[in-house]
Amino acid sequence: MLSPIIGGILMGIDRKLTARMQSRMGPPLMQPFYDAIKLWGKEPFIASSLQPVLAFGYLGFSVAAFALLAFGQDMLLMIFTMAIADLCLIVAAFNSKSPYSNIGARRELIGMMSYEPVMLLAAISIFFVTGSFMIDSIYVINQPLLTFLPLTFLALIPVLIIDMKKSPFDVSGSGHAHQELVRGIYTEFSGYTLALVELGHWTKVALLLGFASLFWAQNLIIGTVLAFALFFVVLVIDNSYPRLDWKTMIKTTWIVGFLLIIANIAGLIARMVILS
Amino acid sequence: MKTMTKARLKSPWVMHFDCGSCNGCDIEILAALTPKFDVERFGIVNIGDPKQADVLLVTGPANKRNQRVLKNLYDQMPQPKAVIAIGECACSGAIFHNCPNTLGGVDKVIPVDVYVPGCAARPESIVDGVVLALQKLQKVSEGEKVD
Repeated sequence: MLSPIIGGILMGIDRKLTARMQSRMGPPLMQPFYDAIKLWGKEPFIASSLQPVLAFGYLGFSVAAFALLAFGQDMLLMIFTMAIADLCLIVAAFNSKSPYSNIGARRELIGMMSYEPVMLLAAISIFFVTGSFMIDSIYVINQPLLTFLPLTFLALIPVLIIDMKKSPFDVSGSGHAHQELVRGIYTEFSGYTLALVELGHWTKVALLLGFASLFWAQNLIIGTVLAFALFFVVLVIDNSYPRLDWKTMIKTTWIVGFLLIIANIAGLIARMVILS
Repeated sequence: MKTMTKARLKSPWVMHFDCGSCNGCDIEILAALTPKFDVERFGIVNIGDPKQADVLLVTGPANKRNQRVLKNLYDQMPQPKAVIAIGECACSGAIFHNCPNTLGGVDKVIPVDVYVPGCAARPESIVDGVVLALQKLQKVSEGEKVD
């Protein structure tokens, strides 16, 4: 249940770091919480009666996926729960006549199509090390996962960029300055439904960074540092690249992600053959 | 209730609508978002969606073509909200006063809370105008009647 709070603090750090990179002061660390509380108090404008339900679903499934991670459950189940959370958001956005919201939802689907296979492959490469899809089994091995799977860790960078809706892969719903689709997938959300969607988004960011910290699961501090390093790299990329189109998004994510992870798995198998 | 008031004051999301201004004021609004003035430190974010905005910034004189759009955008913003007219044209019509194609100030179409004069309005005065609009939001949030 604490996962949205962790995610909210992460988003606060994100905004502060982004501002510092643009030589600005930046908002206070608690800014995302002020935003969410304010949105909760706005007059409700509901575009369709299904939307609040799906917004709750987005948050609920995101928290469920985080719980699966926190309690060391099945990795595949976690990835699919995350996908269901995203589907809730997409259906909610499709559930209005607004063309902006519809195009945003379509782009979000393309985004999912780009990063889900990479996530699955990452889980499979972890399976090659631990022999199990259970997250608990990662804690059992006596060497950190990063020493086996450095390339898989790098493949998480495009995944995180798409999921955090950062440049260059933020086609589905823009963050702040550029608004060619108004707000893309978020256009039809307002008031408390937007607050719920924001909470769900924070949770997902916390979830992915938590997943990244599994690569050094033996030591919590090093794991956190590792996740923050990934977070920082994503922010640097966000601030140095303009938005790219969806074709480039799929190509980059698939080619880079697949090649890195397959090379990593091939390396693992080669090592096993040599050792045996 | 107190937390809500604080949150509202800390996170005013502004939407910007150009009613046919010469772009002088629009450039100054965007200048307020640049590192020099950096309004994001007050939580002010420029947002394109009326459904998510708290403060509407209008530049340029209202005219017969865009009054419907302006009214529509205003109606799409959920309460509590505030409207700021930026620049002479938006305040009173200025040099377009009595022109057959314009209606005059923005207040002919929607209720305006804060007038920021200037041609073009300076970024400092725009930020000041947003602060005044926040005082209105605070009063609304505390349950006072505002007209």
